[in-house]
Amino acid sequence: MAPSAETIRIKIDGRELDVPKLMPDWQGKLQPTTMLQACRLAGVEVPHYCYHPRLPVAGNCRMCLVEFGTPMVGPDRKPVLAEDGSPKIARSVLPYEPGTPRGAIACATPISPGMEIYPNSAATRQMREAVLESLLINHPLDCPVCDQAGECKLQEYSVEHGQAASTFVETKVHKPKAVDLGPRIMLDDERCVLCTRCIRFTRDLVGDDRLGIVNRGSYNSIAAYPGSRFENNYTLNTVDLCPVGALTSKDFRFQMRVWFLKETKSVCPSCATGCNITIWSREGRIHRYTPRDNDAVNASWMCDQGRLNFRWVARADRLTEVRVARDGAPLQRTTGPSALQEAVARLGRVPKGALALVASARLATEELWLLRRLAAHFEAVTDVVDRPGTGDALLVSADKNPNLNGARLTGIAADAPGSRLAAIAQGISAGRIRALIVFGEDVTRHGIGAELLAKLDTLVVCDLFESETARRAQVVLPGAAPAEKRGTFVNTKGRVQRFWKAFDAPGDARPELEWLQDWVAAQTGAPVPATVEGVFDEMARGLPAMAGMSWAKLGDLGLPLIPPAAAAEGSKP
Amino acid sequence: MDWQFLAFSLAKILVVFAVVMTMVAYAVLVERKVSAFIQDRVGPNRANPFFARYIPYLGMKLVRWGIFQPMADALKAILKEDYTPAHVRKVYFWIAPALAMVPALLTLAVIPFGSQLGAQKMVIADLDVGVLYTFGIVSLGVYGIVLAGYAANSKYPFLGGIRSSAQMISYEIAMGLSVIPVFLLVGSLNLSDVIGAQSGSLLAWHVFKQPVAFFVFLVAAFAETNRLPFDLPEAETELVGGYHTEYSSMKFALFFLGEYAAMISVSAMMVTLFFGGWTLPFLGLDQPAQSLWVGLLHILIFFLKLCVLLVGIIWVRWMLPRFRYDQLMDLGWRRFIPVALANIVVTAGVLAMMHR
Amino acid sequence: MIVERKPLNLAERLYIPAVANGFKVTWRHFKRTLFEGRTAAGDTAGGFHPEVPWRVGEGYRGAPYLVRDQDGATKCVSCQLCEFVCPPKAIRITPPGPDGAPADRRNAEKMPREFEINMLRCIFCGYCQEVCPEEAIFLQRDYSLSGTSRAEMIYDKEKLLALGGAHAGLRKWKQKEDEARAQEAFPPAAS
Ligand code: SF4
Ligand code: SF4
Ligand code: SF4
Ligand code: SF4
Ligand code: FES
Repeated sequence: MAPSAETIRIKIDGRELDVPKLMPDWQGKLQPTTMLQACRLAGVEVPHYCYHPRLPVAGNCRMCLVEFGTPMVGPDRKPVLAEDGSPKIARSVLPYEPGTPRGAIACATPISPGMEIYPNSAATRQMREAVLESLLINHPLDCPVCDQAGECKLQEYSVEHGQAASTFVETKVHKPKAVDLGPRIMLDDERCVLCTRCIRFTRDLVGDDRLGIVNRGSYNSIAAYPGSRFENNYTLNTVDLCPVGALTSKDFRFQMRVWFLKETKSVCPSCATGCNITIWSREGRIHRYTPRDNDAVNASWMCDQGRLNFRWVARADRLTEVRVARDGAPLQRTTGPSALQEAVARLGRVPKGALALVASARLATEELWLLRRLAAHFEAVTDVVDRPGTGDALLVSADKNPNLNGARLTGIAADAPGSRLAAIAQGISAGRIRALIVFGEDVTRHGIGAELLAKLDTLVVCDLFESETARRAQVVLPGAAPAEKRGTFVNTKGRVQRFWKAFDAPGDARPELEWLQDWVAAQTGAPVPATVEGVFDEMARGLPAMAGMSWAKLGDLGLPLIPPAAAAEGSKP
Repeated sequence: MDWQFLAFSLAKILVVFAVVMTMVAYAVLVERKVSAFIQDRVGPNRANPFFARYIPYLGMKLVRWGIFQPMADALKAILKEDYTPAHVRKVYFWIAPALAMVPALLTLAVIPFGSQLGAQKMVIADLDVGVLYTFGIVSLGVYGIVLAGYAANSKYPFLGGIRSSAQMISYEIAMGLSVIPVFLLVGSLNLSDVIGAQSGSLLAWHVFKQPVAFFVFLVAAFAETNRLPFDLPEAETELVGGYHTEYSSMKFALFFLGEYAAMISVSAMMVTLFFGGWTLPFLGLDQPAQSLWVGLLHILIFFLKLCVLLVGIIWVRWMLPRFRYDQLMDLGWRRFIPVALANIVVTAGVLAMMHR
Repeated sequence: MIVERKPLNLAERLYIPAVANGFKVTWRHFKRTLFEGRTAAGDTAGGFHPEVPWRVGEGYRGAPYLVRDQDGATKCVSCQLCEFVCPPKAIRITPPGPDGAPADRRNAEKMPREFEINMLRCIFCGYCQEVCPEEAIFLQRDYSLSGTSRAEMIYDKEKLLALGGAHAGLRKWKQKEDEARAQEAFPPAAS
């Protein structure tokens, strides 16, 4: 929801500005604007631990304390004016100690007209220093073995606002370390700053009220409800939320320091929701996924199952060689161009209508578009493999294909996805279909058995992994995972989202789009755009649902498709 | 053009080339020895070929003096893997070392390194425009370095190449201007005439008649040969190796030899222009030789003068720190060029007064 | 301290005294070596390098090696700061991962699975020693490393630890453990 149009004039750091009176809170409801939000609008970052824009405000860490002032009001309830006629400002002070400034927590204090906020004053800085000092009292300073190091708010704020040396001479309280909180989460109680972000997230957003604080005073610590484990499908979001290294992912634990990891914007390919993610990789190896903010899709979250589903990219049975079987000889390694030549030559002999194409709904939309052009050239029957599963009310979709909507849009998928596979199988067994192109699926597991494949004249396969289908093909082209290429997915709600390339595909493998660009041009004789951008723009011109879109306009967050009604409207003269 | 002229020229070219290459090799040795002594070390003293121990008495002494080191160096340069990185621009990469080496040798063609042996003048080409030729060739030297920096296609060589082009072009001007007063005095561009004009007495040497010109020429010579204190194009501490960072084996050796050959040619130029060439103002040694022996003596005189200057240049390298780039440019454009110009004007003025 | 830059006087700007002084210094050394036969190596070690090994001084910074603590345990906790700071990228660390062997000393949670220094790349700059929060890597006195292949010059964890020897320093993790033991049980028993 957009902020209210009504504004309040306040002063931040001596700069006057108008801020909306109301701003959306974590649920999107309009609430009075807080000092922290106002400072953000003014481009001033107020350090904070417990505040998170998508969580209810708790106001317990005190890191966001700022000094402020309000217009003075005389006994006559009229503002007191200074000599120059401007209203006099009363700085906030302790009621019983008028000389001592009194801060307010910026994350929970609403602004009022004429208010002045001093996010950089000496008093504010002193308050921050004191808060940090108290947070560090029992902190173990484990940074060398702490997975959070490098992205730790405690480290960052200590550098920016803290003291250089500790003055604490007593012994620290030692709390449990490496506590097994759930199947995917490890907790280090000593490092916790008790911000309760994790508690609020799992209670208020996931609805699995599993975490809480136990014990008192210095012994305060986070724990799961006695006798239970913290194991819903969203637990790993608490690792991202935790501003320090208290909650760590067992999967990522001790894998790699974050400062070595390259961040690539991407989209989770594990279900049709299309959560926006960041791929963290080093030297061609993915180390973790984290959610990327996109209010239209996944806010700041993603499910654990999708987050941990990346090891397949580096599986040992990845196809890394281009292979061709010539004249009945077994498959042999060859170069890309000669394999494409072979495919073009073989398919050139196939009569129209005697070819079928099975593509995966895990391919990028651009790739499906070029496959569509190829299929149209042959008047081929096409379909995808459907992957129904179970979804939930939060993010997970029941459709496990990331791009079924893209396949529908390009016309590769049947209205009931996968329904034409049986017809294809029949066509092969009846001898009507003489050639088959398979992209990214092992069709032997989806109703087109090995004995049927043996009846074909020509089978061209482009896939990531060794499979029964690939072993029976005459031309095998190794493809690339989403992390290894650029492209778009259309998610279940019809949002077109871009993903970027994190690293090169292994060996001879190339993005399917690159194979298709050369192949389609050679097979049909019609020109094919040479870049992903070009193919997307061509597709956007060709599909009414994408009218007006271009690769550049998609941006980081994607664009929604135009609904069919509006598209029909727009295409009318 | 008769065959005799051809034969003698060819012989002179071969002899000069052989002598210069040997000098280059031993200049490197001298450089290493001098630097070692200045730095409390002993320098190369291990190159010990199998035949050294059969040389009576002297053998081991020669080894200790590093006399065989140049052979080892040459062998090493030839036998090392000649590596061409994949990212370079190959044609230029291969041409550059030759371009750096050749101009240095070509300048020697017009230097009179002796009076005459029999009827033969001891200069390969006695050009009437000798000095113009020299400056023409010297300005080609920059191409080798610039091309090397460009062809290597990596950052340090590139920076080195840029520095050297700026530096060589700037100092060429100062160098060219600095010698004009000398020719004003002599009244001819022929280098043999220049030598002739310096005979008679020690004070006839241009170094005494034209100390300012000499000084500017000397400094410009350091800059033109990329020697410390002006070795910015290859500044090891900042640019790894500058323009020759990506080179190895014989190609690197060509740059290396080119640098020393350039040193020899500027020294030869200086001897000719400022130190009376092959003459000595006593015992009638300043007139063209009548006998074979005197002719040889003249060559020896030239050679010795050359050696003294070479050692001087080498010594400076171990004595002075490198200039900063802006200082170098400032010195060239804002000090030496005005000084050289003023020198021309003053010399011309004085000459005009005297000949009124 | 701020050193004031005095404007140079004319003689200094002409560079002549500097050249004269330079010549004086270089001549002095040249003369001493050439005519008196004195050299730095001869004066300090009494001979020349391969025959008479050069004796390096205390605090010399040669090849970096890993050290063990006084209990013989690996000090390095695989924090990878040295890998990050190393200018020529000579260090390569394989972290233990979630299922790697735990540290071989008590209470430290982590140690590297593999730790390699490519001695052909290392420039003996000492950044790794400076950045190490665990005092686990030190530049030691070896200066002449040689091998017959590139692979041989990549020193692995075993080799680095063997060459590094022991270093008696603060036992940070042990101290933490002792401290924790000395405290009351956690959570404190209800009274
Ligand atoms: S939580 Fe932060 S400050 Fe604490 S040990 Fe971990 S990285 Fe260091
Ligand atoms: S575990 Fe992390 S998120 Fe949870 S309260 Fe502690 S510091 Fe906050
Ligand atoms: S001494 Fe310098 S170069 Fe060598 S390993 Fe340490 S950081 Fe790297
Ligand atoms: S900095 Fe020290 S503790 Fe960290 S990885 Fe390097 S040697 Fe190990
Ligand atoms: S952010 Fe305001 S109190 Fe924690």
